[in-house]
Amino acid sequence: MNSDKDKNINKKDNYTYLNNSSSWLNTIKGYLFIIPSGLTLFIFIILPVFIAFYISLFQWDLLSEMKFVGLTNYFNLLSSPDFYNTLGNTLYFVSIKLFLDFVLSFFIAVLLNQKIRGLSFYRTLFFTPVVTSMVAVSVVWMWLYDPFYGLFNYILGLFNINPVGWLNNPDWAMFSIILVAVWKGLGYNIVIFLAGLQNIPKSFYEAAAIDGANARQKFRHITIPLLSPTIYFVLIIGIINCFKVFTPVHVMTPDGGPLKSTSVMVFRIYKLAFDKFYFGEASALSVILFLLILAITIFQKVYVEKKVHYYN
Amino acid sequence: MLIKRKYVLHIILLVLGVLMIVPFIWMISTSLKSYSEVYVYPPTLIPEELKLENFIRAWNAAPFARFFINSIFVTISITFGQVLTGILAGYAFARLNFKGKNYVFLLFLSTLMIPRQVILIPVYVIISKIGWVDTYQALIFPFIASAFSVFLLRQHFLSIPKELEEAAIIDGCSKLKFIFKILVPLSKPAIAAVTLFSFRAAWNQYLWPLIVINSEKMRTLQIGLRYFVSQGGGNSEWHYLMALSLIVMLPVLIVFLSSQKYFIRGIASTGLKY
Repeated sequence: MNSDKDKNINKKDNYTYLNNSSSWLNTIKGYLFIIPSGLTLFIFIILPVFIAFYISLFQWDLLSEMKFVGLTNYFNLLSSPDFYNTLGNTLYFVSIKLFLDFVLSFFIAVLLNQKIRGLSFYRTLFFTPVVTSMVAVSVVWMWLYDPFYGLFNYILGLFNINPVGWLNNPDWAMFSIILVAVWKGLGYNIVIFLAGLQNIPKSFYEAAAIDGANARQKFRHITIPLLSPTIYFVLIIGIINCFKVFTPVHVMTPDGGPLKSTSVMVFRIYKLAFDKFYFGEASALSVILFLLILAITIFQKVYVEKKVHYYN
Repeated sequence: MLIKRKYVLHIILLVLGVLMIVPFIWMISTSLKSYSEVYVYPPTLIPEELKLENFIRAWNAAPFARFFINSIFVTISITFGQVLTGILAGYAFARLNFKGKNYVFLLFLSTLMIPRQVILIPVYVIISKIGWVDTYQALIFPFIASAFSVFLLRQHFLSIPKELEEAAIIDGCSKLKFIFKILVPLSKPAIAAVTLFSFRAAWNQYLWPLIVINSEKMRTLQIGLRYFVSQGGGNSEWHYLMALSLIVMLPVLIVFLSSQKYFIRGIASTGLKY
């Protein structure tokens, strides 16, 4: 936009105004300001990425000498059925959670956008789970899922449906965890979608109405294209967050669920490193997870972002 | 016709909204029941007799007071650290002109693409090399800065007129004094958002304290609750577990309900600015 350009020019003028001392002094000053956060981020985020790559090439239990083994850890992982089970569980979690979350939050956000009364009341209802502790929430849902005395099986019983084993049943355990995650995360997406919807200029809809567009046409040709950046944001953040799932799995199924049906990637990394002390193999799995997330991010940046409609 | 449509809308939203708070209602209901009423069939929604002492009993079943203090201390330290380091770096990136600024800023942003879960092991190794395993330092220091806070504050500082700083400096105000006396009070919404985000994240931390804490006295509330569940302390004592869950949720819930505006605005803006 034009005004943005003007702002930039002004900024440059102002810099010469304020920074009349020599440039190396300014550089030192600048770095002094960013050192506290810069150092923390470097030591605890950037450096560890390289260390993870490094450790993944060794056999190591943290205490004894590190033994260089090249890519053996990766080969071991890729040839173990556990790895594919873990990967499968993770992908199942990602796809179902993302789908349910997306459809439900979009639907609710559109409903909330109809200029209804009590918007903030409803928003509070949907958003409260987002801020609560995942550990506490998981404990509450374990009680709801209790096969004998839980609320869910009681309600199913009212409709003459046979009780479900929920967390104890290999076919249901992962889905049970997904339900908790969807319930907890829904409000976050609703808030973002709602903000996106409210950001679409009213005049677009008025113009379309004058041209005789009906509600569905308006939705298809105005709402969806103008909301696409938001949709894109929700999807990318959603996928990445799903790959990181750990807490509900570990609290609700501390052993990885019946028949290892809830053992996801972060859970497996945790078990390999801190139960079995295979630090090398756990690091190799971390690196694989990292590359997976990175690949998805890059893929979306290159292929999806092009198709996204940015109107300003 | 239009009125009818509004009714339908409200009914759908109410049903969905009630479904969202069923787990909370059930938690509160169970937390107030006696042991025998927990297992009554059909289950009751409103307890026959309100057992408020459940909360005291559950609280004393493990050193939860200690866990609570640990959580409070760690959370406040992290939040304070993130706000302070975020203000300093955010100011530098928004207002100062120095060599390599744009590259360093990109490096900052790149840390947002690295999930903490992926660097769990190397961070643990670093912490154990420093000798910080099982200490408060280990719980606090890895989190006292976040690129997200820096970014959010920088964006806000950019929107504050430059002339203000010029005027202050002409009047003999130092940079630090300007930041804390003028810039910070003008940036309340952004600082509130950063505070709330880091408070929530720090309070709800689970995976990291699970790994880095060994002794019982260093546990945070989240870890304490989890051990209470897994050590059979609760397997059948759901009324105690629900009471504890409520206690663990409460601080963030109170903070959220009293400052919802900033919270929602902060989240909404992250989605729009992307």
